[in-house]
Amino acid sequence: MKLSRVQELLEAVVLSGESHLDDEVLTGFGCDLMSDVLCFAREDAVLLTGLVNKQVLNTVDMANMNSIVFVRNKMPCEDVIKMAQEMNLLVMSTKYILFEACGMLYANGLKGAHLR
Amino acid sequence: MNYELTFEVERGDFETAGGASRKIKKTLQQLGISSKIIRKVSIAGYEGEMNLAIHSLGGTILLEVEEKEIILTIKDSGPGIPDLHLAMTEGWSTAGVEARRMGFGAGMGLPNMDRNADHFEIESKVGDGTKILMKFFL
Repeated sequence: MKLSRVQELLEAVVLSGESHLDDEVLTGFGCDLMSDVLCFAREDAVLLTGLVNKQVLNTVDMANMNSIVFVRNKMPCEDVIKMAQEMNLLVMSTKYILFEACGMLYANGLKGAHLR
Repeated sequence: MNYELTFEVERGDFETAGGASRKIKKTLQQLGISSKIIRKVSIAGYEGEMNLAIHSLGGTILLEVEEKEIILTIKDSGPGIPDLHLAMTEGWSTAGVEARRMGFGAGMGLPNMDRNADHFEIESKVGDGTKILMKFFL
């Protein structure tokens, strides 16, 4: 699935890294616990989370994930958006709750990004 | 290829924590290390950096890139870990509210460092500090 399709399905607002909307994503991981993202998430996945701090960007960067969707209409502060822009990382925000956002992506073919 | 870099990490500084790990990742990319190994070093290093910010009184991360291995040495100046066996148990954590608000403190950091490193050593003394040595074979 293209990340532009993720944006479309979740009616998400793009906050940074718009040039990556044409990139492909195969899997997703929904979690508010960055410790678990670092343990269990696969690389090149989209992370859906309700946390909006700088450590979410660092976690995604270290785990080689390719994008972030903030759920529940969460909006990070300007500093976080600026950091995401500097990292050239695709970051979006959606009005849907984590359960709905993950369900919509899964129903449209995106698989879970957990290690087996 | 021999390369060495040291980073200071301050206690409780969640604003800039992660900066050392980003620089380590960038350095390894510039040195042409494979992305699979960079991911393991980055995750283990970042877990260590967050542990320094969350639990220690401050410390350092030393990155050494040698011909056959990458070495990360993470050292702090206290307070030290009273029970290493407990600290290495998944799910056991003494992290405070601030760390948990950032999405950390699930008790996965040390086990995840061990999982990502090819060689992992930890020694700690209460009142003295903790030293973690991790090797990643190239």
